[in-house]
Amino acid sequence: MAEYILEMKNITKRFASVVANEDVSLSIEKGEVHALLGENGAGKSTLMNCLYGMYDSYEGEIYFDNKLANIQGPKNAIDLGIGMVHQHFMLIPALTVIENVVLGLKDNKRVLDLVSAAEKFVQLGRKYNMEIDPWIKVEQLSVGQQQRLEILKALYRNAKLLILDEPTAVLTPGEVDGLFEMMATLTSEGHTVIFISHKLNEIMKICDSCTILRLGKVAATVAIKDIKNRQELAALMVGREVRLTTQKAPVKLFGEKLVVKSLSCNSDRGLPAVKDVSFKVRGGEILGICGVDGNGQSELVHCITGLRKVTGGQIFINNSEATNLNPRQILKLGVSHIPEDRHKYGMVGSMKIDENLSLISYKEALYSKNGLLKWKWIRSHSKEVCDDYNVKTPSVQEAANNLSGGNQQKFVVGRELERSPSVLIAVHPSRGLDIGATKYIQSQIIKQRDNGTAVMMVSTELDELIELSDRILVMYEGEVMGIVEQKDAKRETLGPLMAGIKE
Amino acid sequence: MADLITNFLSADIRTATPLILAALGLVMSERAGIVNIGTEGIMLTGALLGCLGSFLWGSSFAGALLAIAGGGLMGFIFAFFTVSIRANQIVVGMGFNIFAGGFTITLNRLLLSGAKVSGFPDYPIPLLSKLPILGEVLFNWPIPVYLTFLAVPLSWFVLHKTNTGLKIRAVGENPKACDTVGINVFRNRYGVLIYSGMMAGMAGAFVSMGQLSSFTEGMVAGKGFMALAVCVFGNYSPVSVMLAGIFFGAADALKYRLLTTSIGGYYQFLNMLPYFITIVALCVFARRSNKPAGSGIAYRKE
Amino acid sequence: MKKKTRQGLISLGFPLLSILVVLVLGALIMMAMGYDVGKAYMSLLNGAFGNRNSIGETFIQVTPLLFTALSYAIALRCGLINLGAEGQLYIGAICGSMAGAHLSGLPGILHILVILLTGFMGGALWGLIVGILKIHFGASELITTIMLNYIALELVSYCVTNAPFKDMTKGAAPRMTSVTDAVKLPSILPGTRLHAGFILALIGVVGYYIFMWRTTKGYEMRVIGLNPNAGKYSGMNIKSNGLLSIFIAGGIAGLGGVIQIIGLTYYLTEGFAANLGFSGVAVALLGGCHPLGMIASAILFGALNAGGVKMQLLAGVPSASIYMIQGMIILFAVSRELFKWLGNKAKALTGGMANG
Repeated sequence: MAEYILEMKNITKRFASVVANEDVSLSIEKGEVHALLGENGAGKSTLMNCLYGMYDSYEGEIYFDNKLANIQGPKNAIDLGIGMVHQHFMLIPALTVIENVVLGLKDNKRVLDLVSAAEKFVQLGRKYNMEIDPWIKVEQLSVGQQQRLEILKALYRNAKLLILDEPTAVLTPGEVDGLFEMMATLTSEGHTVIFISHKLNEIMKICDSCTILRLGKVAATVAIKDIKNRQELAALMVGREVRLTTQKAPVKLFGEKLVVKSLSCNSDRGLPAVKDVSFKVRGGEILGICGVDGNGQSELVHCITGLRKVTGGQIFINNSEATNLNPRQILKLGVSHIPEDRHKYGMVGSMKIDENLSLISYKEALYSKNGLLKWKWIRSHSKEVCDDYNVKTPSVQEAANNLSGGNQQKFVVGRELERSPSVLIAVHPSRGLDIGATKYIQSQIIKQRDNGTAVMMVSTELDELIELSDRILVMYEGEVMGIVEQKDAKRETLGPLMAGIKE
Repeated sequence: MADLITNFLSADIRTATPLILAALGLVMSERAGIVNIGTEGIMLTGALLGCLGSFLWGSSFAGALLAIAGGGLMGFIFAFFTVSIRANQIVVGMGFNIFAGGFTITLNRLLLSGAKVSGFPDYPIPLLSKLPILGEVLFNWPIPVYLTFLAVPLSWFVLHKTNTGLKIRAVGENPKACDTVGINVFRNRYGVLIYSGMMAGMAGAFVSMGQLSSFTEGMVAGKGFMALAVCVFGNYSPVSVMLAGIFFGAADALKYRLLTTSIGGYYQFLNMLPYFITIVALCVFARRSNKPAGSGIAYRKE
Repeated sequence: MKKKTRQGLISLGFPLLSILVVLVLGALIMMAMGYDVGKAYMSLLNGAFGNRNSIGETFIQVTPLLFTALSYAIALRCGLINLGAEGQLYIGAICGSMAGAHLSGLPGILHILVILLTGFMGGALWGLIVGILKIHFGASELITTIMLNYIALELVSYCVTNAPFKDMTKGAAPRMTSVTDAVKLPSILPGTRLHAGFILALIGVVGYYIFMWRTTKGYEMRVIGLNPNAGKYSGMNIKSNGLLSIFIAGGIAGLGGVIQIIGLTYYLTEGFAANLGFSGVAVALLGGCHPLGMIASAILFGALNAGGVKMQLLAGVPSASIYMIQGMIILFAVSRELFKWLGNKAKALTGGMANG
C-alpha cells in the first residue's frame, strides 16, 4: 500500500461563473516527483493555490499526512509543511536575501535577529549545494539564483512537500539539469515534489507519475513508466490526436528585408544589453531568436522597433536606414510587431476591440480624415479582421479585457498581419495560449513567411523554435552565439549555445 | 545676534514639528504602499478636536487625546475605504479633505466659535534650558515637541530593526509575496493607517494649540500636503524626514524674518515661499529610490 | 433583461444609491449636532429648486463646476491627476479680469472673445508649469498642483490689495477692477442672475465629447491615459500629449474663472471661487468623466451649493456642512465594491449563524 503524503478529494473551485476546478481528486505518494500537466487554463495553478491556502473558499477535502487539513491561508499550509515556488517569484527585490527568508515567520522575535537566521540559512544552502549571500539585495541576484532562493525559502520553513510551478520557464538547459539534480537530492531525502508544467519532454524525463487536467477536470492519472512518448501525453492533455510537428513548405527566399549590423544598446539599468549583434533576415524565411529570457532579446527587438535608443551599429529595413527612428516611422517602413506582452504593449484592455484595432493605423486615410475618426468604417473593418483571424467575440464593441487570452492574442496578431508587413517581428507569439490558439497563430505566421515576409521570431519555447524556424540565432548575454540551420537545430546543439558555450 | 538666531531657530522648530509629526506617520503608511493625501483633512480635524477637548475638559492633554483618537478613527475609516473596499486612494483622500473642511467649520460654529483654549504649556528641561541659544532652541518646548523628535529615532528603529517594520516595508513593495508567506496585508495596512491618522491628528492639535491656542477655519492651509512633500523629500526615511521638516521650517522662519524688512510690503510673495520650496524640492528629489514598488495600488486577494 | 440595459442600470443605480445613503448619513450627523433636519433639508430643496430664482441660482453654481470638472476629466483621460483647477481658475480670472477692465476700443463680441482667450491662456500656462515639472523632473503632479493652488491664492491676495490691479475706488472692499459693462454676459433667464456662461459651459461639455471620442488627438490621449506603453508601441508621443492635456485642462479651468467674472461677480475678490476646484474633481468622478454624467452630477452639486445658502438662512445650519455631504458623496461614489463587500459580510454572518 503506497504511503500518500497528500490526498486532495473532490476539489471544486468557482470564480463567479467560471468553474476552474471541478471535482478534482489527486493522490501524491511520499518521495515521488508528481507532475501536474495541462494546457493554460486547465486549472493547475488554481488547484495548487487551493492547496496552498490562497483562496477563501472551495469545495472538497485535503488530507496531508493522512490527517484532514484545515488550510485557511498560506500560514496553515506552511505550518503543515507545504512549500510553493510560484511561477512569478514571490520575492521582494528591494529587500535583502535574509529579510526575504525570514519574512512572515511565526517565531520571529519583535526585534529581528537576522544574524543567527543568516547562519542557519547559509548552512541550509551548503547542504543542498546552493549557496547564496544572505546580505545582498534580491534585485542583485540572477533569475536562476532567485529561483534557488525561493526553494531555500521553502526548505527553511521545513517544507516536506514542494510545489514547483513551471520552474524551467526561466532556466537555460544547463540550469534545468541543475534543477533536476536538486530535485533528485530532495526526493532521496524524503521530500516530495509536485511539478507543474506543460513541457512534455521534461515530464517524461524526471517525473514518476502524472495527473492530467483538462478544462478543470482530471482527464487521467498515469505512471510515467507506462507512457511510451510525448505524443501519448499530449493526446491525454488535449483529448484528441495532436500533430506536434508543423508542416512547412520549403523555404523560398527573397531579398534582404531586415539587416542588423554591429548593433549595441543598453538595458534600463544602463548596462550593455546587446553587444555587437549582426544578422540578416530575408523575405520568405523565419529567423528564430533563441535564448533564455533576459539575454538581450527584448532590448534587441525594442531597438529594431524604435522603442529603445541604439548606442552603436545600424539597422536597415527594406534597404533604408532605420537606426533610432521613432516607432511610427518604423511602422511606416512596413514593419509589424507582435509584442512580447500584449497586456503591456499590444492593447488597451479597457478599450473596445475596434478601438484596439485602430491602435497602429488610426492616422491613415482609411481610418481618419482631418483629425476626425471614421468610426463607422472602423467598426465594419474590425468585424472583417475578427472573422479573418478567428476571434470569437459577441461584437467589436466588446471591451478587450472580456476576451479570453487566446482571442486577445489573435486580434493583436490580426491587427499586425492585416497590414501586410514586409518585416514581421513576433515575440513569444503563443505564450500563455492553449494548443488550439497556438497552432492557429503559428500557421498564420507561416502563411506570412510563405508570402515573402521576413519573419523574426523571438521565443523561449525550444520546441516551437525548432519546428518553425528556417534558421535559429542563439543569444547569450547580449551576444550572438551562433546561427544554426533548421536541419541542425536540436536541443543538443542549441543547449550549450544558450548557456554561453561556443564551440 | 544671539536673539536673532534663537528666534529664527525657534520659529523653525515650531513650524517643523507638526510637519515632522505628520510626515513620520506618512512614512509608515507610504512604505506600506498607501498614498494618503487626506492627511490635510485629518490634520484640520485634529486641530479642531484638540481645541475642543481642551475647551470641554480644560486641559491641553485632553485636547491632544481627543485629537489623536479622532485622527485614529479617520485613519481607520480611510483604511476601510482604500483597503477593504479598494477605492481609489487619491479620491478617498480628497473626499476626506472636503468633508473635514465642512465638518470643522460646522462644529466650530456650533461649539467653539474661535474661543481661546488652554494651549500646550512649555516644559523647560531643568539645567539644559539655561544654555545660551541651545537652551531656548532645544530644551524649552511643550511636550509634543520633545515627543516628536524622540519619535524620529524610534520610527527608524521600528522600520528597520523590528519584525513589524519588515512587514510594513514588504507589504508596500509586493503585497502578493507577503500573502504567500502568511502575512495579513489588510491588517498591516489598517494598522499603519490608524497610526498615521493618530500622528496627523496630533500634528493638527499642535498647529492649533502650539502657539495661538484657538481654532481658525482652514488654519492648516496646506500643511498636510507639505507633510507629504516632507515625506517624499525625506526619501521615506525617518531621519531624512526630520531634516527635511527642519528645512521647511527654516523657509517659513525666513519668511517671518523678512516680513519686518523692506520686502514686507510684498508679504504675499513671502507667503508663497514654503510652497515654492516644496515644488523645487520635489523637482530635485523626485527620482528617489525608497518609494515602494506597490505604492498606491490596492491589494486584491483572489 | 438585456445585458447592456442591466449594466446601464447598475452603473446608474449605484451613484443614485450612494447619494441616498449620504443624505441619510448627513441627516444623522445634523441630528447629532442638534439641528432640525426636516427644516434643513426642506430649505435645501427650496433653495435649489423652489422657485425660478432658486433654479437660476442652482445653474449659476453648475456653470463653474462644469468647467473645473472638465478640467479634471481632460487631464485624467491622459493619465494625469489635476488637482490644480482652483489655482488655474484664479490665474485665468486674474488675466481675464485685467483684459476686461483695462482694454478699450474693441467692439463687444471681440472684446469678450479676447477676454475668454486671455482667461484660457492664463489657466493653460499655469497648468503647463505642472506638466513641464512632471515631464522634466518627474515631480508628482499631485503635490505640485496643490502647491500652485496656494501660490495662486497668494497672487490673488496681492492683486486685490495692490495697484495696478486693485480697484482704486474709494471705500471699495479689496478687489480687482471691475470689468466694463460692455463685456458683462447677458442674463438668459429673466429675473435671475443666470448668465450666458451656462451655455458656454454646455458647449464646453459637447466640445469635450467630440474631442475625446471623435478626434485622433483625443484617441491618442485616451490610449496614453489607459496604457502609455501601448501608446509608445504605436508611436505616440507620450510627453507632448501629456503637456497638451494639462495645458487644455488648465485653460478650461481658467475659462471657468473668467466666465465667472464676466457673468456673475464682475470683479475678482479673494475667495470668489472657493472650493470650486476640488468640487469639480468630485463632480467629474461622480459623473464617471462622461459628458452626461458630469452634467448630472454638476446639477447635484450645484443644487447642494445653492440650497446650502438658503439652509443657513432659514434653518441656521452652516452652509459649510454641505461640504460634509459632498465629501461623503465622493467617498461612496468611488466605492464600487462597497455593496459586494456588504454582501460578503452578510453571507458570512448568515453562514456563521446557520452553522453555529
